[in-house]
Parts: sequence; structure tokens; C-alpha cells
Amino acid sequence: MPGAHRPHADFHSPLHLKVEGLCVERGGRMVLENIGFALAGGDALVVTGHNGVGKSTLLRTLAGLLPRVSGSVALEGAGEEELSAQSHYLAHSDGLKTPLTAMENLEFWASYLAAGHPALSLTPAAALANVGLTHVADAPVGILSAGQKRRVALARLMVAHRPLWLLDEPMTALDAASRARFANAMRDHCALGGMIVAATHEPLGVEEARELPLGAAS
Amino acid sequence: MRSAFAAIYMREIRVAGRIGGSGSMGVVFFLTLVTITPFAVGPDPNLLARIGPAMLWISALLASLLGLDRLFQADAEDGSLDQFHLSHTPLELAVLAKCAAHWTTAGLPLVLATPVLGLMLQQDGMALAGVVASLLVGSPALTFIGAIGAAATVTVRRGGLLMALLVLPLTIPVLIFGVSAANAAAGGTVPFLAPFSILCAISLVSLALCPFAAAAALRQL
Repeated sequence: MPGAHRPHADFHSPLHLKVEGLCVERGGRMVLENIGFALAGGDALVVTGHNGVGKSTLLRTLAGLLPRVSGSVALEGAGEEELSAQSHYLAHSDGLKTPLTAMENLEFWASYLAAGHPALSLTPAAALANVGLTHVADAPVGILSAGQKRRVALARLMVAHRPLWLLDEPMTALDAASRARFANAMRDHCALGGMIVAATHEPLGVEEARELPLGAAS
Repeated sequence: MRSAFAAIYMREIRVAGRIGGSGSMGVVFFLTLVTITPFAVGPDPNLLARIGPAMLWISALLASLLGLDRLFQADAEDGSLDQFHLSHTPLELAVLAKCAAHWTTAGLPLVLATPVLGLMLQQDGMALAGVVASLLVGSPALTFIGAIGAAATVTVRRGGLLMALLVLPLTIPVLIFGVSAANAAAGGTVPFLAPFSILCAISLVSLALCPFAAAAALRQL
């Protein structure tokens, strides 16, 4: 059972993510208007909508990578740190250096991101085992397939605990077994009181996830 | 925070080591520039000895610009830069670590190659020591100032030339005091320590200010 050996710890702080009246402009066009939702610890939210409706924009704004025109984004109950430092952001680019091995990449992110709850973070080796890539740990990322690269990127989410996961199309290029494995990891994350906001066209594999349809009117 | 600095520094050194070429390309370019100088100005030993420090400095300045445009571009392309933005570690520290690693892999080899190349330009013992000392102290300033240009042009495709146009005017003070320190060591009326101290000061100021300027530019993406 992949993911079952994840260390459990006493982590059930009352987390709340509150987004109110969010408006974001890109290139002179209002992409997001008056978006609002609230998440509590353990919740998952799936952002859906057709291409170009602003799913990625929403995630980048939540991560603090894009400025917002108006509205507020607040994470309560997670200490003093800013929301961006409390989240993992995973988008189309994997954040991996192709000349380095999978293990070296993960070791880098583990020591760079190190913070939060060490009890909830896996070692790079355990994270690689969790995504089923132990056999290519010492291979340069450049020679891995697209799906394997994505799995190394997913392992990054596990080497440093962050309460909020912002995932932009996390299942891209993954095979069925890897999808099931990552769905397990997401359920574990929620079970430990974490939150997930994911933009995807495909089922996430987390049954209790709520849905936020964007651009439903158009 | 120290571990984040060390992590980025070690990663950059490793990547440079695996890819290869970043340091050696700069040295080869440096060598080429120095080698063509006698062909242009003629093989007169006295003339070469006199213009040697200036030629070495100009060549090192141009060679140090090679590869600098990729300083943040590679991270922007593979998504690492987004992670640096998100992290609780200040972006300034990430910039500082990247500059330190870039200087180690690209700037330091130029300094180490200088004694050999100086011999080709008729530099004797004291003059050589002066050029090496001034480059050792001044080349970090070139890297830090260059980082501002690299950060400002990070989204520009083939931004290398634009970066050079932005950076070269800013490096003029470094060039002036670097060459005058090197000349003073070779002999002359100015004491060596006066321009050398100012060169040290410029490097320290750029160490203190440039990471903030580069990080500010990166935040405007």
C-alpha cells in the first residue's frame, strides 16, 4: 500500500483558507472576477473549467506569484508565515535540473525547503520509494521519461511538509498506477489535516473533493 | 537559512560540473581575446607591457559576461524560480547564492588563468601580481552587477546582448579602479593601495546592494 508508511503525527491544527472577492487581471483582461471559497483542514478543492478560463491564474495568484487587483487570500491557523511559504506549488514545469540525478534534485529541495513539520516530511529516499522510482534514483533526470520526471516532481511535495498543496494539472503524463499512487498520497495529505487546491480536467481520485467550476456562465 | 544558501550553492556547482563548459568556455574566450591583442597592436614588447593590464581587464570583463545571461533563465524555464519566490527563504539570499556559485565556476577560473595570459602580454612579476590581485577583488563586483542585468532580461529570448548593453556601462567604475590598481602595482606615481581600496569598496557595495536590485527585478516578472 503505497503511502501507508507515511509517518503520522499529531497534526490537526484548525487550518482555514479563506478567499474572498478575488479579482485578477492579465494583459488588460479581467481573468478572474469575484472568486470566493473557503477550505478547512482536510478539504480538497478541484478547480474545473475549459482552457483559458483562468485555472492556472487562480493557482498562481493563490501562490502569490501573480498580483491581485482586489480581494483577499488568507490562511489562518498556520503560524506567522505567509501563505506562499506554507504552500507547495506544482505546475507544468517540474523545477528539476536535468543534469542532476533524481536523488540529488530531491535532496536539494529537501534542504532548501526544510521547514515546518519534520515529522510529516519524508526523506528523499522514502519520497522516491513513495512514487515508485527507487530504481532510477541515481539516473540523471534528463534521461527520465516525462511521466517519471513528473513523479520526481510529485516526490518534492513529500520531502518538505506544507499544509497547502496548489497543483496545476498534477496528473499530466502519469500512468494509471502512478495516478492511483498519487491519489493515495493526496488522501494521506488531507487525512493529516492538509488542504489541496488542484486544477485538472481529469478526476483527481479524491472522492470527497469539492468542485469549483470557473467560467460556468460563458 | 544558511542551509538554503548552501543548498543552492552546491546545486549550482554540481550543475556546472555536470554540464561543463561554463568555466572553461570563459577561459578560452579570455585566452582568445588576449591572444589577438598582439596581432592588432603589433608585437612591440614595451607597448604590450604598458597596455597589458588594461587589455587583461577588458578581456576578463567581456569573458565574465559569457554565460551570465543564463544565470536566472535556466531557473525560470524549469520552474525553480517560482519555488524561490514561494519559499520563506528571501529571494535575495537565493540571488546571492547563485552569484557566489557563478563567480566560483566562471569568475575564479578567469583570475586563475590571468598569470599565464599575462606572460603573453609581457607582464613581469609585480605587474602580474597587481593584475591578479585587482581581478580577484574586482571580478565579484562584475558578477553581482551582471546579476542585475541577468535578472532584468530573464524573460527576454536571446537576452545576452541586451544584458551586455545594460551591464557594461555599470561596470565602468570597476574597470577604472581595477586597471589603475593593476597599473599602480606595475610602477607609477599612484600608490597601489589607493585605487585598490576603492576597488574593494566597490565590490563590497555591489555585494550588499546588487542582490536586492536583482531580486526586485525578478519579482517584476
